[in-house]
Amino acid sequence: MGEHILIIGGGQSAVQLADSLRSEGFAGKLTLISQDTELPYQRPPLSKDFMAEGAAPELLPLRAESFYEQQDIDLIRATRVEMVDPRARIVHLHDGRQLGYDKLVFATGARNRPLPCPGGDLEGVHGLRDAADAHALHAALPGARRVVVIGAGFIGLEFAAAARARGIEVTVLEFAPRPMGRAVSAPLSGWFTKAHLAAGIQLRLEEGVAEIAEHSGGLQVLSSTGNSYLADLVVYGVGVLPNAELAEAAGVPVDNGITVDEQLRTGLEGIYALGDCANFPSVHCGSSIRLESVQNATDQARTLARILTGQPQPYRMLPWFWSTQGSIRLQIAGLAAPGDEPVVLGDLSSGRFSIALLREGVLVAVESVNRPADHIAARKLLSGGQRITADRLEGITSLKELSAPMAPVA
Amino acid sequence: MPTIIYSQPDGTSTEVEVADGGNVMRAAVNEGIAGIVGECGGQAMCATCHVYVDPQDAASLSPVEDDEDEMLDCTTAERTEFSRLGCQVKLGGPVQRLRVSIPSDQV
Ligand SMILES: Cc1cc2nc3c(=O)[nH]c(=O)nc-3n(C[C@H](O)[C@H](O)[C@H](O)COP(=O)(O)OP(=O)(O)OC[C@H]3O[C@@H](n4cnc5c(N)ncnc54)[C@H](O)[C@@H]3O)c2cc1C
Ligand code: FES
Repeated sequence: MGEHILIIGGGQSAVQLADSLRSEGFAGKLTLISQDTELPYQRPPLSKDFMAEGAAPELLPLRAESFYEQQDIDLIRATRVEMVDPRARIVHLHDGRQLGYDKLVFATGARNRPLPCPGGDLEGVHGLRDAADAHALHAALPGARRVVVIGAGFIGLEFAAAARARGIEVTVLEFAPRPMGRAVSAPLSGWFTKAHLAAGIQLRLEEGVAEIAEHSGGLQVLSSTGNSYLADLVVYGVGVLPNAELAEAAGVPVDNGITVDEQLRTGLEGIYALGDCANFPSVHCGSSIRLESVQNATDQARTLARILTGQPQPYRMLPWFWSTQGSIRLQIAGLAAPGDEPVVLGDLSSGRFSIALLREGVLVAVESVNRPADHIAARKLLSGGQRITADRLEGITSLKELSAPMAPVA
Repeated sequence: MPTIIYSQPDGTSTEVEVADGGNVMRAAVNEGIAGIVGECGGQAMCATCHVYVDPQDAASLSPVEDDEDEMLDCTTAERTEFSRLGCQVKLGGPVQRLRVSIPSDQV
């Protein structure tokens, strides 16, 4: 009998791992346990195309149903793993079943951080993480004239732009002084602020939510600065919490997610973690980090598949990310950090530009707006391990100019 | 219903019916056509839905827009004049029958 690899989760990283294990030649038993009732699906469209006007949209599956059968992957749906016993190497399912394993992978993802204010759980207040959230929102949007979005992160702004495109009055409350502040540079935040205001979104910075109350059939949002907004619908996106409790209860070390090393191994022998739930040491930022992106989920899965099939290697792939907010297409290559020096390539007012970020004079990340070619060039440059110094960015308007082959440095 | 015929590098092919307005990536993912990944969910952001359209069908398709054009420069398999991102190629209207070939690699 071959080895049995059991994966907890049915999201992007779990499905990619199962797929990559088979393509790397893993011939043992492969089980995926997902608490979702749906066939594993893609999340990114949920806050974008899914919110457009029209008939109820369909989920985009990660793989067709036939894939699991063809690849001999046992996909167990609609039940959750309640407990892991690492000594006996057994997982206990909610439906009472117990399954043994040889190797265990946590691909449990993350969940919405709840809104920590009074009224945060009222009817009409929505998070946006899974299919049920997206269906509920899509169903509620046609009846909404005014919405308040709490949190100007990626998902909040994507939703805000989609709602605005439907002609809905949109107010976004953001506690911090700039949108997407944890993830993008200050000049990019500034540009997005102007763009969203120009599209008619009321983006209110340094203004958090204090309380949500029912108000004549709708909702009333009271802000931290004393303003009051009426809304038919409130959507919040104030970050996520890693699903690490199950691992923690099993004795796996956790710290802002499940702690893993560069080979995605947890502190317990034979147990691994990846994707949104895993906190890993990144060479790209020089510290431990938890990333919430499709790139991270899928590249970690491809790496772990090789590790589990006898090809040990560290996970060091270049992080990249995208977000579409209305007609704005943002792509980011690399990881920016506070204090990086921004250099604008191109013209901010044209709506097509990139911002290069330098740390100690060396290129570490590139943010591109409506400039896919720059993004691709940035990915090539940054993952090629070349040191691009500030002087090489002088006088250029697009990174494409740098990606041309260069004479080797002696 | 519009039909797409997907040909694999090994010569096998599969015929798939799609609803009006459906695209080459989504239909492939729904049907489990090997070799089309669609990692960004159809946003022209990942180029893992690269296909070669049949030269005879190419002219009937909507033209390649700037975003798609730039992303096509980063496909894993070689780009040719018949390269398209599957997620940007819609069926319906004049496009009732489309033949596409799947490249050997997407990632
Ligand atoms: C609305 C939205 C928009 C996004 N847009 C983008 C984007 O534009 N670009 C981008 O790069 N990323 C985007 N992301 C992020 C991206 O989708 C995630 O990073 C990715 O899905 C992470 O994959 P994962 O497998 O780690 O976790 P998840 O996809 O969250 O999957 C975790 C799975 O584990 C299951 N699970 C958890 N605990 C248990 C248990 N005990 N038993 C059984 N099953 C369990 C969950 O039900 C879930 O199916 C977006 C996310 C959301 C929510
Ligand atoms: S699905 Fe990502 S580019 Fe087509």
